[in-house]
Parts: sequence; C-alpha cells; structure tokens
Amino acid sequence: MASAHFENAELARSRRLKTLRTWLWKGLVVLLLLAISAFIVFPVLWMLSTSLKANEQVMVYPPVWIPRPLVWENYAKAWTVVPFTRYTINTALYALAVVLGTVLSNSLAAYGFARLRFPGKNVLFMILLSTMMIPGMVTMIPQYVLYAKLGWVGTYAPLIVPSFFASAFFTFMLRQFFLGLPEELMEAARIDGANEGWIWWKIAMPLSKPALATVAIWSFEGAWNDYVGAVLYLTDEKLYTLQIGLALFRSQSDIYWQYIMAASVVVMIPVVIIYAVFQDYFVEGAAVSGIKG
Amino acid sequence: MGYLFIAPWLIGFLVFVAGPMIFSLYSSFTNYDGAFTMDWVGISNYRRLFTTDQYFMISLKNTLYFAVFAVPIGVAVGVVSAVLLNQEIPFQRFFRTVFYLPKILTGVAVILLWMWVFNPQAGIVNTFLRFVGVENPPLWFASPEWSKPALIIMSAWGAAGGMLVYLAGLQGIPKQLYEAAEIDGATGVRQFFKITLPLLSPTIFFKLVTGINGALQYWSTALIVSDGGNGGPSYSTLFYGLRMWKVAFTESRMGYASAMAWVLLLMTLVVTAVQFYVSNKWVYYEGERR
Repeated sequence: MASAHFENAELARSRRLKTLRTWLWKGLVVLLLLAISAFIVFPVLWMLSTSLKANEQVMVYPPVWIPRPLVWENYAKAWTVVPFTRYTINTALYALAVVLGTVLSNSLAAYGFARLRFPGKNVLFMILLSTMMIPGMVTMIPQYVLYAKLGWVGTYAPLIVPSFFASAFFTFMLRQFFLGLPEELMEAARIDGANEGWIWWKIAMPLSKPALATVAIWSFEGAWNDYVGAVLYLTDEKLYTLQIGLALFRSQSDIYWQYIMAASVVVMIPVVIIYAVFQDYFVEGAAVSGIKG
Repeated sequence: MGYLFIAPWLIGFLVFVAGPMIFSLYSSFTNYDGAFTMDWVGISNYRRLFTTDQYFMISLKNTLYFAVFAVPIGVAVGVVSAVLLNQEIPFQRFFRTVFYLPKILTGVAVILLWMWVFNPQAGIVNTFLRFVGVENPPLWFASPEWSKPALIIMSAWGAAGGMLVYLAGLQGIPKQLYEAAEIDGATGVRQFFKITLPLLSPTIFFKLVTGINGALQYWSTALIVSDGGNGGPSYSTLFYGLRMWKVAFTESRMGYASAMAWVLLLMTLVVTAVQFYVSNKWVYYEGERR
C-alpha cells in the first residue's frame, strides 16, 4: 500500500513537471513569435505613422509613433502631385489583362499536359520544366530587341501579350492540380460525346477554382508590382504605371517622406485587399502546389 | 488535339524564349548595338569580361556577397518561423497572418518603406541605435559598407513570408515519429535535429536551389535604392543584373550584355548541378534506404 501510494505521488509529480515544461516551452515560443512579429510589423507601422505626420513631426527626435494631429491631407496631397489616378487606371487595366491571359493560356496548356495524350508530350514537358531554370535576364535583352522590331516599345503590348502565351511555372502548377482531378467525370463526359474543349471549360476549370485563384492572384500581384518591365517599355508619361509613378515621386520629393509613405500605402492596398478576400482559396492553392510561398 | 491545348505554351516558348535565346547567343559573339551594327567579334566579349572589365568583377562580387548571406539567413528564418508557427499555441492564426505580411507587401512601395526605415537621420533603425548608445550609426544605403547589409536585412524580412512552404512540409511529417521519440525520452532539440530537419530536407533543398538562383538574379531593388539606379554608393549595390541592365539599355551594348547573360546562365546551371550532386549526401527522401 505504502509503496503504491508513493508511486502515485511520484507519477503525479512527474506529470506536473511535464505540464510545467510544456507551458514554459509554449511561453518561450510565443515570446519568440512576438519578437519576430515585432521585426515584421514595426517597419509597416513606421510607414503608416509617418504617412499621417505633419512636416515638423517627420524628422523629430525622439520619434512620434502616434502623430498629433493626424494629417489625412497627406494622402490627398501625395495623390495629386503626381497623376496617380491615371496611373491607377493604367495599372488596373494592365493587371486585369495579364490575369485574363495568364489564367486562360496556362490552364489550356496545363490541361493538355495533364489530361491528353500526344506524341512527344514527355519531351515537351521536360523542356517546359527546364525553361524554369533560365534567368529572366537572359531572355530580357533579346525580347527587347524583338519588341523593338515589332514596334511595340512604348506600348503595353510587351507587358501584356506574352501573358497570353503560357509560362512554364504556372503551367506546371496547374498541371499538378489537374492531375489530381477524378478521371471518371471526364471519361463520362467523353462517352456522352463532349469534346476536350468542353471538358476543359465545363469540368476541369470549375473544379480547379482554388488553383486558378492562386494563379490569378500571383499574376495580378506580379503585374501590379512590375517595375522593371514597365520602366523598360513604357516611355509615354500618360501610360505610366503606379510603380513608375512611385519611383518618380520619390526622386521628385526626396525629403517629404510623409507624402512618399502615404502614396506607398495607397499603392499597396489593392494587393492587401485581394489577399484578404481570397485568403482561404489562396492558402489552399499554395498548399496544393507547395511551390511558392 | 493535345497540341492545340499546349499551343499557347509551345508558341510562346518558340517566340519568346527559344528564338530570343538563339539570337542572344549569336549576338554575344558580336558587337551588336541594338540598331545597325552587328559584326562578328568572336569570343572577345567573353575575354573582355574576365580580363579587363572591372565592373564585371565588382558586380559578380556584390552578387556573391548578397547570395552568401541572404540565402542561408532566408532559409533559417523560414525554417525557424515555420517550426514556431507549427506549435500548438494561442493566437496561431494571428501569428501566421503577421508572418505572411511581407509576402503581400511588395513592389516599389516596400523598397521606399525600407529606405525610410534606414534613413540615416530620422529612420527608425538609427533612432533605435542612437537610443541604445551607438553614436555614429551606419548611413545604410548611403554607405558603401552598409548598403548590402541593409539589403540583406530587407530580404530576411521578406523571407519570413517564405515560411508557408516549410509549414506545409512540417505538416507532412507523421505525428507518430514524435510520439515514439517522446517515449524513448528524446529531448525537443534532439527531435528537431533527428526528425524535423531530415524530413524537412527536401523542402529546404528546393528552397535552397530556388533561393540561390533568385539571389544570382537579384538586382532590381538596387535600381530604386541607389541614386539614379547607378549601383552606388561606390558601386556597392552594382549587382550582376544591374550591370547587365546598364550595359544593355543605357550604353546600348547589346552584344556585350548578351555575353554577360550567357555567363549568368552557365553559372546558374553549374551551381544548380553542384547542388543536385551534393544533395545526395544530405537530402532525405522517404522510402529511400540509407
């Protein structure tokens, strides 16, 4: 009896020790996460705070975190100094065209690689995979020469047209997704006399919304944030995108950081909203593809 | 029928990738200026790169400097973040959203944000450094010694968002392994090195390969950060790609820039091949006997 009692007490103590250890561990994890979160969030808060400061408060020491008063006019001012409204319309149209082209062309090619049989498929697919290794800089120069010969420099064509021709990365990603779709559905449709185009559009596409949403978001983000391509090909000020606008704005108003930060915040917002709205779709797609993130 | 479906890729590949690359290879042996001159010059572009072009060496060194620090730091930040976020803790969803933030905030706006954060006079970093007693904090983007470290810190910030891939990898590790280790009395640290890291190694390998390739092609941030996009101060942010960009589009020496492009491609291929070769020694694939 006495020894059994002793064992119970021992057991209880070791269990208490163990819970204590897990709690300590969890506390440590949370502390570490808080520290990294601070590193991530502080620059962003610093930007938001600056964007609302009056000119006298921007450079003071010690720094002010909550500006008083909140100068919302910074946003209005930043927005009108440079024709940001026009740039926004340009960028939005350009990004939407790229999304349309990317989703359509890549899903077509991916469906072909995932679901159809044709001679040379494996070789072509290997070529597709190997093109992912080619640095963008290698094709950038000859592509510029090509677009110059076509008379496309100075227009949006070099930025939009290529997106209607599937890229290796998105085709590969969508192919992986299409491979996972149930074959029975498509086979049944084929027996009913549906052609492959119908199956692609009516069966494969609707079943792949998470993957397509991921492709759409990433291509939108890519177009929205593309600075190098825009600055290389767009020469007419009327056609500028937001990214060029921001860079120009910075070089013109180097000391007025409250305006620069205000404009930066506004330019970032659409992408943030899209991520927030499509978050579930997006995380699902990223988990399935397991590629980017 | 299949060809019809893959036509968008096939045509795009021929017109926008294969054709341009053949043209680029040819022009790397010429003095092509983007307009009318295109005379065959043999390997003299390549010879010049490795013998007399000091900017080539500077840009190569800058790029390697960046890669050597940014890639390992990026992987470490990603793995540690994912392991921490994979624990059962309160506010898990909140933390994951915060960690994903750098992936969402991108473009010129973020570069401007960091230029303000690193502002020598009033930026938050130097304000903090002065507060803790550093009398002459670095000038960051205005200093040849500190401009690259600043860019590396920026990239570490972005790498936190890369945790999602590692997180997916972690969630693929069977729980029973940890339970068995627990029973055998293995400590958490031991479990991390004996279970987590080996089973995560394919993901780490994947991120290393893409990370190193990305670092070799890193340059466009410097276009914004350095004054006039010149790769300053004192050429400290003149990365390989930026040098190529200037040679091709500012100086219109398309042939010479094409030679640089092909050197970059060869470097990429060699580095990747070496990584695949070495990977046999440390990457663990399930179902493989060791």
